[in-house]
Amino acid sequence: MIKKLLLLLIAVLLVAAPVWSGGQQEKSGKAGTASDTSGVDYSDNPYTDGQDLSGKTVNIFGAFVDEDARRFTASMVPFEEATGIKVVYEGSGDFETLITVRSEGGSPPDIAAFPQPGLAADLVRGGYVYDVSDWLGMDYLKQQYNDAWLDLADIGGIQAGVWYRASVKSLVWYNIPTFEKEGYEIPETWDEMLALSDRMVADGYTPWSIGIESSGATGWVATDWLEDIMLRIHPPEVYDKWVAGEVKFNSPEFREALDYMAEIWFNKDYVLGGRQGIVLTPFGDASTPIAIDPPAALMHRQASFIAAFFPQKGAEIGKTVGFFYLPPIDESLGNPVLGAGDFFGPMQDRPEVRAAIRYLATGLSTKAWIEAGGFVSPHKDTPLDWYPTVADRGIAEILQDATTFRFDASDLMPGPVGAGTFWTEITAYVNDPKANLNRLLQNIDNSWP
Amino acid sequence: MIDTSSIKSRPMQIILSLVIAALLFVVFAWSFNFMRGGDSPRLLIAIVALVVGVGGIWALFLTADNLVNQFPIGVRDFLRPYVFIIPAFLVLLIYIIYPTIRTIAISFFDYTRGGTPSNFGLQNYVAAFQDSALLIAIRNNILWLIFVPLFSVSFGLVIAVLVDRVKWEKIAKSLVFLPMAISFVGASVIWRFVYYFATYGQQIGLLNAIVVGLGGDPVGWLRLEPWNNFFLIVIMVWLQTGFAMVILSSAVKGVPSSLMEAARIDGAGEFLIFFRVIIPYVSGTILTVTTTIVILVLKVFDVVFVMTSGRFNTDVVANMMYNQMFTRGQYGRGAALAVIIFIAVTPVMIRNIRSLNKA
Repeated sequence: MIKKLLLLLIAVLLVAAPVWSGGQQEKSGKAGTASDTSGVDYSDNPYTDGQDLSGKTVNIFGAFVDEDARRFTASMVPFEEATGIKVVYEGSGDFETLITVRSEGGSPPDIAAFPQPGLAADLVRGGYVYDVSDWLGMDYLKQQYNDAWLDLADIGGIQAGVWYRASVKSLVWYNIPTFEKEGYEIPETWDEMLALSDRMVADGYTPWSIGIESSGATGWVATDWLEDIMLRIHPPEVYDKWVAGEVKFNSPEFREALDYMAEIWFNKDYVLGGRQGIVLTPFGDASTPIAIDPPAALMHRQASFIAAFFPQKGAEIGKTVGFFYLPPIDESLGNPVLGAGDFFGPMQDRPEVRAAIRYLATGLSTKAWIEAGGFVSPHKDTPLDWYPTVADRGIAEILQDATTFRFDASDLMPGPVGAGTFWTEITAYVNDPKANLNRLLQNIDNSWP
Repeated sequence: MIDTSSIKSRPMQIILSLVIAALLFVVFAWSFNFMRGGDSPRLLIAIVALVVGVGGIWALFLTADNLVNQFPIGVRDFLRPYVFIIPAFLVLLIYIIYPTIRTIAISFFDYTRGGTPSNFGLQNYVAAFQDSALLIAIRNNILWLIFVPLFSVSFGLVIAVLVDRVKWEKIAKSLVFLPMAISFVGASVIWRFVYYFATYGQQIGLLNAIVVGLGGDPVGWLRLEPWNNFFLIVIMVWLQTGFAMVILSSAVKGVPSSLMEAARIDGAGEFLIFFRVIIPYVSGTILTVTTTIVILVLKVFDVVFVMTSGRFNTDVVANMMYNQMFTRGQYGRGAALAVIIFIAVTPVMIRNIRSLNKA
């Protein structure tokens, strides 16, 4: 009996031992071949402070998947070539859930790519994120980013990461062939936009395609509209107070924004499918009607990322679909831009992680993605001529011309509101014409922690 | 088994067993670190997991058994069950009992994402029950609780009895059973297409295509209150009828033919036989199938999450819990809802375990 056991144990050890040494060998082998074949001096680069960190690995965990993930990986190649550090990117659609689980479970990634600061704020509070201003210095960050971006990354008293991708939300996408055929002009003011909508209805078109369905996050499209309107009817200070919870939802300021939205959304002739269409159409599908031939609707307000959602056949940005800046309502407020962005927060402190963060703070780290299209970089050292198309450059210019830039309010509000009642109660308001607006708005205010 | 040679070397045997056990734990610790490291190829990690996981546990059991064998016979019989039960119990303790206790504990604190639990009290439960959304979710859970078991068990029983008499029984049963092979999420995606509402062009959703084909206007089924709850319940019935049918079918086949014949000779019609002979005979099975489905329905989450995410007053408690916990980061509130579900499931579980023990 005991002999058998010994034999079994030996067998287990025998199987395990080569596996172990195999693992070790493979590690050293990789590093060896890398330095042998290329013969690059890995200490001579702007990221590693003169150290040779080749063979080390940096794990990045984020929310981009599929094509976005491939483009991100491609944009890390210059860093890998310069330093010999391997960047392993892992993306998940459930990033927001998993990053918390991982951090609290004691196995955070080296760097997390946060799609919004609100979630990062929770993790900063838990002490899981390092301060990048300690690593890079505030002067360097100021040289790389506008103050607006640095203010947004200033979470709980630390710079919780470096900005990597900017998204411009104040865009209206439209069907170019119909605009040309009918002689429609790009509206410069909100009133012109409404007049244009009326003209389209008179000409037998449906002006707007709107869809807010997004499974658990249904309603965020409505919150984006409302934020854009808030920026266009009130000074930015009111917007900031609203984000901070000082201006309530059940307030004249916010109700005024709702009225502007209702004027378009609840006009049966304006919106494809009416209220029913708005609440049941997935946000990605809502962009399709303006891109098909003949179009089922002519205008669609959505962030820059929607370019990836247009049908691949027939929709060409610049030819079939174009965009214009969502026009101002109160012209004394200038051209406010609503946006969002992804930033990379370090969750481990190792030399190679610091090097990767330093790289991500440069425009070069976004070059490959910019060239692939549909990407706006927030870095100051990103030249406009990297943008491959007029459209991409146009979006980058809208961002540069903005008189006010404000971050998506729902992303900045506390989770129970920004990822909770703001979505659900506005969805209920849109869904039901008989909804008790007073009660719905009160629900949002009550949920503020 | 009891041979004299082993008695002689007993101290030696005990020491050897202990040494082997210690070595095994070293191997476990090493393999855990190896697998967690994540630098090695996935295949290698999988192989280590299999070899150490299966071989190692087997070796551990053999060692423990060997150790027990060194004791006098009376002690052996007393010890042996524990040797085999304790590892399983430890796993349960770590993965079920500890999380349960922790969830119950958290539910009494203010605890949000990134924060620490503070301020002991009943506030989460008070807030939950003051939330009109919870009352709607409880109403919906009750609808699910009544209609899913009712329809899936009735359909299952009727199909089981009917196909018992046809030649193509196997094919018919396979067809009804087929949806069981689909995950809840997969089934929900399928049904999303059934209920799809297109704002322009052709209606690609099955139901709306039929409605339009008959000359009607397309309907946004999922926001058609209060019927939308039933549209979701249909999905679960579709999934669970097969399960009920298979279990009930074997019970129906167990009804003695002499009993049926006796009923026929006494002049009972088919309906009478169904209600007075078959149903009483298989009532135990019906109860077990019903409670199993009831437990499943109490925890219903996937279908609602995929179809509507609780919009249009279709929310259920489990989906609310998920939203509070993971979307909004309100751990305390989420835990309170989890405890509410836990309390609701417990009596049914106890009943089910009791009836299993009887059988």
